[in-house]
Amino acid sequence: MKKSLLTLLAITAAMATSGCARKSAGTELKATAFGSALVESSGGKQVGAVGATLAQPLVVQVNDDQGSAVPGALVEFTGPAGISFDPARAISDSSGQVTTNVALGGMAGRYELTATMFTKGQKRVDLKLVETALGYQQQLGQQLNEKYCARCHDPESTPERVSNYDNLEVKPHPFDEGDTLNKISDADLTAIISHGGPALNKSALMPPYGLTLNKAEIQAVISYIRLVCFPPYQASGTAYSGK
Amino acid sequence: METRKNSFSSAWQWWFGDPIRAFGVVSLLLLVSLAIAPSKNYFSEWRHYQNQYLQMIRGRGEAVTLQRHFQGGIQQIWLPELGVVDRCTTCHVGQKEASLADVTTQPFRRHPVIPHRLDQYGCVMCHRGQGPATTVEEAHRSTLAWEQPILPAKYIESSCGQCHRGDLKGTPQLNLGRHMLARYGCVHCHTVKLPNGTVMQPTDDPPSLEHIADKTTREWIYVWLKDPQAYAVTATMPNFKLSDADASDISAFLIAESTVLSGDTAPLPTAKTPPDPTAGASLYGESFCASCHAVQNAAGNIVGGDVGPELTRVGNKVKPQWLQVWLRNPRIYDAGTAMPHYRFDDRQVSVLTGFLENETDSDLLANVHLEPATPGQIADGKKLVTEYGCAACHEINGIKKPENFAPELTHVGSKPINQLIFLPGMARTLPDYIAAKIRNPRSFGAALKMPQFAFTPGQVDALTTALLSLTDRAQTLPVALTVPAPPPSNYRPAGKAGQLMADLACFSCHAINGRGGDMAPDLTWEGSSVQRQWLEDFLKNPNTLRPALIRRMPRFNLADSEIKQLSDYIMMVYQTPAFDRDSMPLGGYPPTLVDQGKQLFYSKYGCQSCHIVDSKADKGYVGPTLAHVGSRLNAAWIYNWLKNPQALHPGTIEPNRGMSDEDTRALTAFLMMQKGTGKQVKK
Repeated sequence: MKKSLLTLLAITAAMATSGCARKSAGTELKATAFGSALVESSGGKQVGAVGATLAQPLVVQVNDDQGSAVPGALVEFTGPAGISFDPARAISDSSGQVTTNVALGGMAGRYELTATMFTKGQKRVDLKLVETALGYQQQLGQQLNEKYCARCHDPESTPERVSNYDNLEVKPHPFDEGDTLNKISDADLTAIISHGGPALNKSALMPPYGLTLNKAEIQAVISYIRLVCFPPYQASGTAYSGK
Repeated sequence: METRKNSFSSAWQWWFGDPIRAFGVVSLLLLVSLAIAPSKNYFSEWRHYQNQYLQMIRGRGEAVTLQRHFQGGIQQIWLPELGVVDRCTTCHVGQKEASLADVTTQPFRRHPVIPHRLDQYGCVMCHRGQGPATTVEEAHRSTLAWEQPILPAKYIESSCGQCHRGDLKGTPQLNLGRHMLARYGCVHCHTVKLPNGTVMQPTDDPPSLEHIADKTTREWIYVWLKDPQAYAVTATMPNFKLSDADASDISAFLIAESTVLSGDTAPLPTAKTPPDPTAGASLYGESFCASCHAVQNAAGNIVGGDVGPELTRVGNKVKPQWLQVWLRNPRIYDAGTAMPHYRFDDRQVSVLTGFLENETDSDLLANVHLEPATPGQIADGKKLVTEYGCAACHEINGIKKPENFAPELTHVGSKPINQLIFLPGMARTLPDYIAAKIRNPRSFGAALKMPQFAFTPGQVDALTTALLSLTDRAQTLPVALTVPAPPPSNYRPAGKAGQLMADLACFSCHAINGRGGDMAPDLTWEGSSVQRQWLEDFLKNPNTLRPALIRRMPRFNLADSEIKQLSDYIMMVYQTPAFDRDSMPLGGYPPTLVDQGKQLFYSKYGCQSCHIVDSKADKGYVGPTLAHVGSRLNAAWIYNWLKNPQALHPGTIEPNRGMSDEDTRALTAFLMMQKGTGKQVKK
């Protein structure tokens, strides 16, 4: 009995190690150079639907002490459960950049990703990045934002949508302005959207949408705002009594 | 051997030799075996999760409420008419607990907000998986041929499409995928039967190749067939990955079969002096060709609309004489084209032809030298055209449109995986199979006919979502539970004016009574909205009403009689039954009322945040400029619009302000006095 158990253990161990060995042999990437700093080039703070691959790839750059690009350094991407990278490990290209496509997880929320690299002295360098996944409600909010809100609330202009932000005497709050918006309660946001700025003694340039959008739509807009704010919005009210 | 046998028989003797002892042993065994069932139950997976849940909520502030809501044991949602037997909520305990929004560990996360109630539809309707299963593995990851594993989150919108047959606000990916099925020619080859008995219709308009030799050269066809995206990045024609010889043979066949177009195709008299090269660019701009056609600029960006083909290298493609005929009247070559019939004069046609013929890429055709076609090549070309199903999309002389050319996709979303052939190393799930097939069809076999499309990853996801919505369940759902798509409108305006509107392709950009494009405003109630004089001036010389818009109404160079005909029809027919457009005067409002309206406009309602009345002081860029709205719109329209904009144009972004009658009257009076400076129509 004991003997068979031992054999079983041995077989499992052998299988496990051989599996590992094969895996690392297939994807082995060797750093030929080492940088000392990681910087984000593009692709951070994107917003996408749950489970979807983000529209723009995530690009990080490996630099040395002088701040010049380092080709040939190994960078690894990790994140919370559900998120996936293609590729998850890569060597920086001739301009010192590493590009990966990020597929978001299946749950709405903010995903904190980490790009990791080791310096020549085996010191770990981490770069934290944030991407946001929108659930059904937030996606609906995002669409409504595009249609009704962004023309004034988003200062960025695109060829298809010229921003009205600069034309307004009283500047609206961009929706990523967490410092301001996080302090306004859901009830107050609902009041401003439904009854216009004057409902909370704010500018009349913000019109009321209470007769144009229904309750679910207003809630969707708020849930979208709450998710894209920086710094992140912390819902109040969930109290823990336990020690 | 002998000793073992002996020891066995002695053990047997010891246990069962004595009848009383044997009875005791058997009873004991029975008791043990009876205990197996309850202990299996006791150690079951779901009980473990329920205990974990109870432990988790114990530490929370609202523990008492959560405890009260909690029901132990196997939970089940049973919906006989949907065929749903879901026990998912046995482990996913806190689905409906709003206060668990901050919990991120599964299976205890609250279900995100959706427009449906969970107990009305269950779980597997949307998420797939095995509802009746009570173990994690069986419920989520079954690989049995007749069962479906859980649907990955990125395709979840496909489930909405089982009941919702039309566009849905909350499912952009599904909407895009469905439009792509029709737009990228999928349904030319694949039949998709919809649950209402109709067949999905394509919305693209692949050109007829019957007169292709008039239009272009064999060399261009060859280059195009080899790689359509090399000619135009935005081309929707897929790449058939043809060999040089095959592309050469097909081009030979198409040119050989092409017939000369009959009709008014006489060439222009050659101009005495070559046209001014800058005149072409400005005519292209003035005619707002860019509203529909894109050109790739020096930076590589595609600039312009996507209604018509990209024109970056059009000079490599079309013959000058064909282009002249086309610009003079596109309907001679293609009666159903989305291109309007501009009333260009001969000079304009030759200027524009000269300009477009210069849009070339000298590298495109540089290395193409085709020997004159032999009969053998032409015959081979015909065979290839038949094999690849070219006639499923294009009209080609001598080839019949094939029926059921490719596999039907009506039930593709429920295809059992034992009917699929997976590539080695590929995840064995239906969504992965469909996505891989769209991404790279020929990876499943070089002999397959399905061509390579140039889709972005987002487009692949969207198409996969749309295909996954074509399930067995979608076909068999009770009609009462489905939300049908709005019936397609086949509205056609009648009479001479209707012919004129078809000739000008108004419906390529404007929608009327549910039919038409969405690039330009809906004209269903245009007759109630605008004043006749303004409409005539606008048709003569359109100018944009919105300061921030790039796309604009082209000038068609209409004759006065045509403008009168169109205006008559629009003013007469496109009127709303909601009010009488002449019930309020166009002017003569008392100054006090006008002043009151001005006050309301600038202070109470803050209209200047979106609209411009005084073009020096106001800057609002969102809505149309109102500086001369008093000579554009009818007073009754303004009044009713202010009262409820969505009632007149559903979906307009102008908010309904819930104005009182008095405020509305004052604002209408103020707006009707904005007659402009009279310079708004540039002559």
